[in-house]
Amino acid sequence: MARMKFLCDAERCIECQACVTACKNEHEVPWGVNRRRVIVMNDGKPGEKAVSVACMHCTDAPCAAVCPVDCFYTTADGIVLHDKDLCIGCGYCFYACPFGAPQYPQQSAFGVRGKMDKCTFCAGGPEEVHSQAELTKYGTNRVEEGKLPLCAEMCSTKALLAGDGDIVADIYRKRIMTRGGRPQTWGWQAAYGQDA
Amino acid sequence: MQSQTQAMKASRRWRSMLWSMLAIIVLAMALPSVGYLVADAAQVYGPERDFSEEMSSNPRSEMWRDARFGQGGMTTQTGPYVTNQMIANIGENWRQVRTGPMTTLGGWFLIGVLVLISLFFAFTGRSRIEEGRSGMTVVRWKGYERFLHWFTALSFVVLAITGLSLLFGRYVLIPVVGHSGFAGYAQAAMYVHNFLGPAFSVGVLLMIVLWAKHNIPNRTDVEWFKQGGGIVGGKHPSAGKMNGGEKVWFWGGVFTLGLIVIVSGFILDFPNWGFQTREIMAWSQSIHAIAAIIWIGFFFGHAYIGTLGTEGALEGMTRGRVDTNWAKQHHDLWYEDLIANGERPVPESELEGNKPAQPASQTGH
Repeated sequence: MARMKFLCDAERCIECQACVTACKNEHEVPWGVNRRRVIVMNDGKPGEKAVSVACMHCTDAPCAAVCPVDCFYTTADGIVLHDKDLCIGCGYCFYACPFGAPQYPQQSAFGVRGKMDKCTFCAGGPEEVHSQAELTKYGTNRVEEGKLPLCAEMCSTKALLAGDGDIVADIYRKRIMTRGGRPQTWGWQAAYGQDA
Repeated sequence: MQSQTQAMKASRRWRSMLWSMLAIIVLAMALPSVGYLVADAAQVYGPERDFSEEMSSNPRSEMWRDARFGQGGMTTQTGPYVTNQMIANIGENWRQVRTGPMTTLGGWFLIGVLVLISLFFAFTGRSRIEEGRSGMTVVRWKGYERFLHWFTALSFVVLAITGLSLLFGRYVLIPVVGHSGFAGYAQAAMYVHNFLGPAFSVGVLLMIVLWAKHNIPNRTDVEWFKQGGGIVGGKHPSAGKMNGGEKVWFWGGVFTLGLIVIVSGFILDFPNWGFQTREIMAWSQSIHAIAAIIWIGFFFGHAYIGTLGTEGALEGMTRGRVDTNWAKQHHDLWYEDLIANGERPVPESELEGNKPAQPASQTGH
């Protein structure tokens, strides 16, 4: 069985935010909840790099480990999903996640957060496939239709890759080999010299 | 005379040995640094960013290293839970603490305390009023104090049960009631915990303010502890209104653990204040849970001594009056003060609860 993975190629990402927009539109994600976001390192400086970050669908997911009600599960494709009917909105998954993927509709006094929402790898949730309940709680289920996550499908530079981890790794490895593997034979030093 | 010169010799030997040791240590550190005198710093360390196959330190790899260690970037997305960090490392550490020692050690600690108390009770039994009840009672806790105690105590128990449910429920309750059953309870438990916590905090703070004056440590407590509080040996060391053990519960439990739990609890309970990063939240949760578990263990002891462990103790907090023989046995100095200040012991039979039923015509309209 395939293990689904995201990979963002920082050499290709042009921070156009199309992945973010595609995700929000596809799943009707409410304001303030961001299943995917683009982070720019060294913004405005030479050599700035952007990476699109969402749930990484960890094999040993910290969110699942700390959840008091054990609402997470991993599908046969290695996609980490959660059951919003069980979620109590305690916020623990947000503290545990290295990538800041879990989101909540509210941030109020007395720890009122609402149900957690996060990237589903466009694979819906534990509701009946393509049902209204699945759509409103988790968004569309593209994986069930044999499609890949829309963020990656929309990516204009194919920086964001999604799919079977083996194939994603293979594509990325070919790119690296084409570019030339060693960092010193291209990139910053090659372009600007050792002292720049 | 001879012994004096020998003593002088010995002390001289010690002094010379000490100085040579010092000289060796100082020179061992100083001599290798002589290199800096002949070579300038650049030669010693090499250029700041030497790029080679072995030592690659280009700006890009440093940027990714910074990102790995939690450095933030820029993001245009907005929302209460959107962070500009690519990778936050606190989560994995917190997860290790929470699913590791916090649950395992914490759980065994609480079970251990209960077992110890049961064993203690099994072997020593109840601490009786040695001279029997005198039938005369004196006031120990006023009405508002008892209300404060029971309000705080009740909320403590509810908070402890709901809090422990959130920590241990996944391992203990889900196998029993199932996922959806536990989730329903956990949702209610979380809200009860989150809303009752601040009210409980008011109770704890009031206790600290109102009862600190009874709990100031003094010489009597030292003697009380030397005699093991009367647990070993069967003697009853002197005590004022609060004995040494009660003062430890006050300062260690209510004051220290209480304030820790309250401060960390408020940080966790009000994410809308906005200063709480994931680091602050993870730390607060760990501190909150660990302090609370220790406090609950401490509370088991307090509850045991106040109810099952000591005959005649509970009534001081329920109806506010204690038997004079209990007072003489456990809090002799307090009792003497009380009598000296003109308190008159009242027989049980004259107390309100024990008065014969009054005719209906007098009680109500």
